[in-house]
Amino acid sequence: MDEVLRVESVTKRFPGVLANDAVSFSVRHSEIHALLGENGAGKSTLVKILYGVLQPDDGTLSLEGRPFTPANPAAAREAGVGMVFQHFSLFEGMTVAENIALGLPGERPDEGFAARIRTLSEEYGLPVEPSRIIGDLSVGERQRVEIVRCLMQSPRLLIMDEPTSVLTPQEADELFVTLKGLRERGLSILYISHRLSEIRDLCQAATVMRGGKVVATCDPRTETARSLAEMMIGASLVQPVAAPSDPGPVRLSVEALDVPAEGPFGVTLDGVSLTVRAGEILGIGGVAGNGQTELMDALIGECPVAGGDILLDGASVLGQSPSQRRGMGMCFAPEERLGHAMSPGMTLTENTLISARRRAGLSSRGVLDFGAAARFAADVIGRFDVRTSGPQQTARALSGGNLQKFSIGREIAQAPMVLVAAQPTWGVDAAAAATVHRALIALAEAGSAVLVISQDLDELRSLSHRLAILSDGKLSEARPTAELSLAEIGALMGGSSLEGDLHATA
Amino acid sequence: MLRLEPRPERSRVLLWTTPLLAAGMTIVSAYLLFLIIGVDPLKALGHVIIDPFSNSFSRSELLVKAAPLALIALGLSLGFRANVWNIGAEGQFTLGAICGGATALAFYGVEGLWLFPLICLAGMLGGMAWASVPAALRTRMGVNEILVSLMMTYIAVLLLSALVSGPLRDPDGFNFPESRIFHDSAIPPILIEGTRAHIGIAIVPIVAIFLWWLTRYHEIGFSLRLLGDTPRAGRFAGFSENRAVWFCLMVSGGLAGLAGALEATGPIGQLVPGIPVGYGFTAIIVAFLGRLHPIGVVFAALALAVSYIGGESAQIAMSLPAALVGVLQGLLLFWLLIFDLFVGYRLRRVAPAKGGPRPAAETGPKVSESGGA
Repeated sequence: MDEVLRVESVTKRFPGVLANDAVSFSVRHSEIHALLGENGAGKSTLVKILYGVLQPDDGTLSLEGRPFTPANPAAAREAGVGMVFQHFSLFEGMTVAENIALGLPGERPDEGFAARIRTLSEEYGLPVEPSRIIGDLSVGERQRVEIVRCLMQSPRLLIMDEPTSVLTPQEADELFVTLKGLRERGLSILYISHRLSEIRDLCQAATVMRGGKVVATCDPRTETARSLAEMMIGASLVQPVAAPSDPGPVRLSVEALDVPAEGPFGVTLDGVSLTVRAGEILGIGGVAGNGQTELMDALIGECPVAGGDILLDGASVLGQSPSQRRGMGMCFAPEERLGHAMSPGMTLTENTLISARRRAGLSSRGVLDFGAAARFAADVIGRFDVRTSGPQQTARALSGGNLQKFSIGREIAQAPMVLVAAQPTWGVDAAAAATVHRALIALAEAGSAVLVISQDLDELRSLSHRLAILSDGKLSEARPTAELSLAEIGALMGGSSLEGDLHATA
Repeated sequence: MLRLEPRPERSRVLLWTTPLLAAGMTIVSAYLLFLIIGVDPLKALGHVIIDPFSNSFSRSELLVKAAPLALIALGLSLGFRANVWNIGAEGQFTLGAICGGATALAFYGVEGLWLFPLICLAGMLGGMAWASVPAALRTRMGVNEILVSLMMTYIAVLLLSALVSGPLRDPDGFNFPESRIFHDSAIPPILIEGTRAHIGIAIVPIVAIFLWWLTRYHEIGFSLRLLGDTPRAGRFAGFSENRAVWFCLMVSGGLAGLAGALEATGPIGQLVPGIPVGYGFTAIIVAFLGRLHPIGVVFAALALAVSYIGGESAQIAMSLPAALVGVLQGLLLFWLLIFDLFVGYRLRRVAPAKGGPRPAAETGPKVSESGGA
């Protein structure tokens, strides 16, 4: 039997949506198999069915030739399917061994268990120390813990959801070496990613989904990133690239900003300085958890600043509330959509009132104009192709990509003088990302200053005129993006200064 | 096996039918309770439910009881939406009675149309002052307002006792712990001749409609809802949590104080130690029964007024224990909370989680359906 997993005409309906429409494909032994598709193509539903979170309405699954009907994730794990989620499910205050034991029925984190973790991690080339506290580990190390946890149950199939989205380029390279090693040991991997170049590197087969159906099966090694993207969206794709800018006066200026850490595992911002000029897009790269949250919250005005200054068109905004900063021309699109940028239980119309009350004229003397808010919401929905039944839909009912389009669209539609956007296309498919990128570029061309904080280096490299890297609360000097090589960026993300480490390793 | 699972959307139908279902189940459980203690259940329920509507005096008394409940609950529901938990309305009500009553006594014998509004104002300021303690402690030091506001209630009740036994005692009252009976200019105008239905009843709909407008169409109401639902989005929107805490506690404290001043000068007519009878706590039930909606609260206050008047009527007619009113109100809240669960969740029958890993795999995908039958 050559196939590890066989999926046959699996169908899953949700009210009003056919999420999986007779999906069939198979994963062979010792194969890294890519699952590709835009947001809403049905990948998540399929993966949830494979991992026992959802049950299919129709169709069959088989694992190594035997029927496979997991009633819940525990049953899926027992049958031999492991999964590494994009967002880790680890307790930061506990040790590696305790975290791994928690996921395994009947295990206790004693010495014998720690020894088994050590043996297994050496065997697979995944160095982890069982006694360390998760909170002290880097993101790459945490991911290793998640993988080791799966391997402890000796799975036949490992599902990985966007594993590189949280890693530096170097950490991603290490992960690829690990995954290739696992493949050589006979493990099959179902690999979900938006990054087409890494799929071409890593995978031997790819299944492409669109609108709940499988539209193509191919060997990604013989395709280009562009042809894969076009299979996913079913149309030809034009990736917008920022034109060289002729920057105007400085709009936003941050001077030696110190911000205390948020929470026990936050990062203290230490003397962050930057300027963004009119007509310019400044990118801030770096791995999540290096002070991005603190920088964003300080710019919005949600957290206290310990030292330094934030100037908007030369005037300090310290001490001004988020509403007052918006009034002065500054808008914000934070990373967390539900719970920060938007309120899940409110309608899209009500959600426009969160950040667009004054600039879009939705409120006068404190009295809300719901008609105007609904028109504004409908305008954002139309301009940014938000898939929803209309402005009266509650935010919770939207998919992640559509929420992202709405929450960033809400800010761009206010035509701010300065826009600060964190992870503007996180979890958004290629076509929608292009829409958002085009809108950001157009905003800059119209004379606004745009600051993009992102973990997606491809995005930053195509979008920003200048690029700086945030690492451990310190921001590197911004340099023209075209002058920075990937190796230099990687070294900065790892926390080394350009002059020091890079020359030593080069 | 049954499992609770969240509904994708809160059920709007259930949201408004739960109060009716809860009232129905309260009647059913009261029936069983009467049966157990050996009382004719139909007769007892008749006293509880029918008596309050049987004559025009009872009907006016319903309004007299409902007015303070509604005023207090209107303020509380504003805060409950914003996650500001004022549990001490009873204390603020008592302070309203003290301040309103003291004002009336200070101007004893002075006639004038200005006096009664001044008494109302004094009552509101008294309630607000009492609520400002939990507000200041919460906003400055992060102290939980539930505990502080609740404990302030006991101070207020003892303060009232001390005052009517001392400085506010009736000089001609044979040392009874009571104040003078208020004079004509200090008591609320009567709405319906021959009853105790006073002007405070007319204030309720005005306050309710204003608060409804505020929560529906004004930025303040929106900010309270947003801060209550999603505090971080509220901060992102530029709303201040501290300001919301102060606003909610001042409005609920002020309305509870107004209710206290109206109660002392209206139906009671003097300051006595027994002014606080639990309206401030019952108003919490009223707020939830009315779905924290200003108009709903008014109807809920009428329902709870029925439990007071009907309960007392059954006590007198059938010599039932005095705890009856409290038991009825407790049952109502109990059933309301049970049914409220189903607004956000639903019960689903599911197959047993595991039937042994291998055999389950061989029975095919239909197992999940047959397992539940």
